[in-house]
Amino acid sequence: MEKPGTPSSEQSDKAKKYDRQLRLWGDHGQASLECANICLINASATGTETLKSLVLPGVGAITIVDDAKVTPKDIGNNFFVDGESIGRPRGEVALHLLLELNPDVRGTFVDQAVDEILDNQPDFFSPFTCVIATCLPESTLLSLSKVLWDANIPLLVVRSYGMIGYIRVQIEEHTVIESHPDNEMPDLRLDRPFPALQKYMDSLDLETMDSKEHSHVPYVVILYKTLQQWNQRYGAPPKNYREKKDFIQLVKEGMREKESGEAEENFEEAMKAVNTSLMPTRIPSGVESILNEAASNTLTPSTRPFWIMAKALHEFVTSEGRGALPVRGTIPDMTADSEKYIKIQNLYREQAAQDADWVLRRVLELSQQLGPRKVMITESDVKAFCKNAHALRVLKGKSIAEEYKGSINLGDIGAHLENPESELVWYVMLRAVDQFHSEFRAYPGYFQDQVETDIVRLKVCVNRLLADWGCGPIIKDDFIHEMCRYGAAEVHSIAAYIGGCAAHEAIKIITAQYVPIHNTHIYNAITATSATFTL
Amino acid sequence: MTAVDWGERWSEVRKLLERPGPFTHPDFEPSPDTLKMLQENIKVLVIGAGGLGCELLKDLALMGFTDLHVIDMDTIDLSNLNRQFLFRKKDIGRPKADVAAEFINQRIQGCRVTPYYNKIQDFDDDFYRGFHLVVCGLDSIVARRWINGMLLSLLCYEDGMLDQSSVIPIIDGGTEGFKGNARVILPGLTSCIECTLDLFPPQVNFPLCTIAHTPRLPEHCIEYVRILLWPKENPFGEDVAIDGDDPQHINWIYEKAQKRGAEYGISGVTYRLTQGVVKRIIPAVASTNAVIAAACASEVFKLATSACTPMNNYCVFNDIDGIYTYTYEHEKKEECMACSQVPQNLEVRLTDKLKDIITMLTESFKFQMKSPGLQAMVDGRTKSLYLHSPASIEEKLRPNLKKTIEELGLADGMEIAVADVTSPTTILFKLKIIE
Ligand SMILES: [Zn+2]
Repeated sequence: MEKPGTPSSEQSDKAKKYDRQLRLWGDHGQASLECANICLINASATGTETLKSLVLPGVGAITIVDDAKVTPKDIGNNFFVDGESIGRPRGEVALHLLLELNPDVRGTFVDQAVDEILDNQPDFFSPFTCVIATCLPESTLLSLSKVLWDANIPLLVVRSYGMIGYIRVQIEEHTVIESHPDNEMPDLRLDRPFPALQKYMDSLDLETMDSKEHSHVPYVVILYKTLQQWNQRYGAPPKNYREKKDFIQLVKEGMREKESGEAEENFEEAMKAVNTSLMPTRIPSGVESILNEAASNTLTPSTRPFWIMAKALHEFVTSEGRGALPVRGTIPDMTADSEKYIKIQNLYREQAAQDADWVLRRVLELSQQLGPRKVMITESDVKAFCKNAHALRVLKGKSIAEEYKGSINLGDIGAHLENPESELVWYVMLRAVDQFHSEFRAYPGYFQDQVETDIVRLKVCVNRLLADWGCGPIIKDDFIHEMCRYGAAEVHSIAAYIGGCAAHEAIKIITAQYVPIHNTHIYNAITATSATFTL
Repeated sequence: MTAVDWGERWSEVRKLLERPGPFTHPDFEPSPDTLKMLQENIKVLVIGAGGLGCELLKDLALMGFTDLHVIDMDTIDLSNLNRQFLFRKKDIGRPKADVAAEFINQRIQGCRVTPYYNKIQDFDDDFYRGFHLVVCGLDSIVARRWINGMLLSLLCYEDGMLDQSSVIPIIDGGTEGFKGNARVILPGLTSCIECTLDLFPPQVNFPLCTIAHTPRLPEHCIEYVRILLWPKENPFGEDVAIDGDDPQHINWIYEKAQKRGAEYGISGVTYRLTQGVVKRIIPAVASTNAVIAAACASEVFKLATSACTPMNNYCVFNDIDGIYTYTYEHEKKEECMACSQVPQNLEVRLTDKLKDIITMLTESFKFQMKSPGLQAMVDGRTKSLYLHSPASIEEKLRPNLKKTIEELGLADGMEIAVADVTSPTTILFKLKIIE
């Protein structure tokens, strides 16, 4: 966070350069990005396009592993090679042209086949925050997947194949505190006001207010008062649509006419807010299961901070919080006089601070029991954790090696594939062309004169794969023809699309902000549609 | 530049262009000539050389297009460099269009990007008629509406039938943070920018009384200084307007806003927030621009070659939680002000004042005009009702604002021509008097 009072002259060139993104992931997100060390395997168009959107925002360092030489085909689809570079190591050329984008980024290249590295340098990948791989044959991909899974290093597989794009995230476990949900419900606790809130609300009397004060009471007060009235009459807060409609009517009855004849804006806001503000305070089911997992975890010195904080949070919920998460401490803006709004805002803030303090104390106790640790948990970590408690996310991944064993984990695959709008068919096609490649050492349709024969061969591969999954030959020939038409072509606009998406997935993993795909994304540029599958 | 035999250079694109497939447009005929046509005959205009524009030029050049033109009226700023990847620190202050064109022409041999350091309004219909496709990477809705109006004005109708050869497709992209959209517009045939005006609700400003009397948010404090304090104190001299790029200006606003915040117990006024509010900054990242531009480039390629059916016709993208896209057909609005060919009715009461009509034209979701000028057709002659410029005319016509429709001598069925910056042509309305 920016310190208040920082004079403008101190706003560094770096802050100015990154201004538009710092407004999204903050200085702390940027700091994580600048510490990250990314490895790209194969500087194809899809590979360099992915790195481009990581180099521009200022990732710490990149390493390119590539033993290919620049060919005319690269000149045709890859922006990070140039006419003079034909025949030179592709990794070196691409690295040079990528680093030229942003002097803040460091980089190296390794002119070596990834198979060799996997065979001879088992620790090669350990320094990396994230590995991005593209254009790998199935066998190499599976070895790489296994090595990185065992080493607990996130792997992103990116691919563009004709008009089809593919991204696969392989990460054992990914925890997110700042998921930045789009539409948040406010956390007002009107159904269970904390004592300070209750005391303040009860000290206000709408009846005796003069007209100016009455029309400037924040709507949270109006809803509180109306709810009291309601509860006296009906015993419990409004639940369904009908009751909420009656509740809105009750709010309306409390409205006075302003001297100008207009309606009171704060009451109108209150009526609009009934739906979101009177939602019962409860723990979202996703968070509930995180807390349950945290409760059953046995902490060890290597337990990650997220799970220590989650355990403390669970204890808060079951004791101090009486079944609720810590108060979030932020309220929406509402028509009001400054004094009352800020007074109420501070009540929520103070309660949030008090709740977070409880969690912090518990976190410190738990960490003390675990002895000295590599990663310290700070007060601001705990504050952020509590503030985002309602939006915590945990993704449990699956290795690609596991995915490729036996059938995919999608229930009725046949039903999926029979749906003409399902993008799953393209996943099957990508798996099939890989098997084709393992068998024939080239992708179907790669050579102009073999397109027709390859169609027949690919069909065999597709049906064999489906049979392995217990499905009949239900894929239409159209898809097989289209795949052979592509001949594994890496078309630039598809590479650029996938590169952009994949770069942001990497940024999500690096910053632990926003939520990565879980775990396979298919992009279909024919119809400009996409889908995500958890395989 | 030495001529190199790059026989394989376009092999990836050629697979799409020279092989038949089940998902191509019905008009598609696989042929090596298509690539040649792309390179020799197709002229594409890219509007904007910013976050999307830089990407679009690269994408199109690497899809085989060689005759590219780019218009941008801006110069390069330090804050562009996190995503506008054709620009370097040494280029700051230079026109975006020029630098982008130089970079692409240097990197991609054979590609010829022609830059125009101009406003789109600097060019007339002859200029725009020269392009086969127009791709927009704009951050301004007014500019989008203007170019939409321009390309609609180029349509030729014969006996009410649209001459298809006069249709210049628009491929439009937009981004904001991690969200974006891409769409294909076939002017006269599919929904246009004005058909979907309600997707871009007008900017909401804080009520003045909140800013002046009941601030609650740090933004209210900043707006107080910007709107009320600055013109009162003129800290940098009489008539010195706020320059969002001048750190001294921002700093003055920041310090005063902080002081106001402290008076009311409002925290959270930061330098970054101050700058964001004053300049109305929209957050932007490289990745979203790359994605949306690529989606647009694919559509340009499809429309130019028929190698695949185009998107139908509107796609939204969001990668905050996973990667989400939604593609749907946005329907043409039957009474669209710009593309429907249906005369527009302007419903008024005889007692409405001219200024009420202007307010309606600017504030209603349907019109969202900026500074409309109105002329009436009375007895076959044009009578100016209100014009914003020149100043002498404005002054002369100003009293009309307070006159009613009746006092102005207007009657049911009369035609009113409205001119506004959102359209290159005037829009004809028919007055409809209601009770
Ligand atoms: Zn329209």
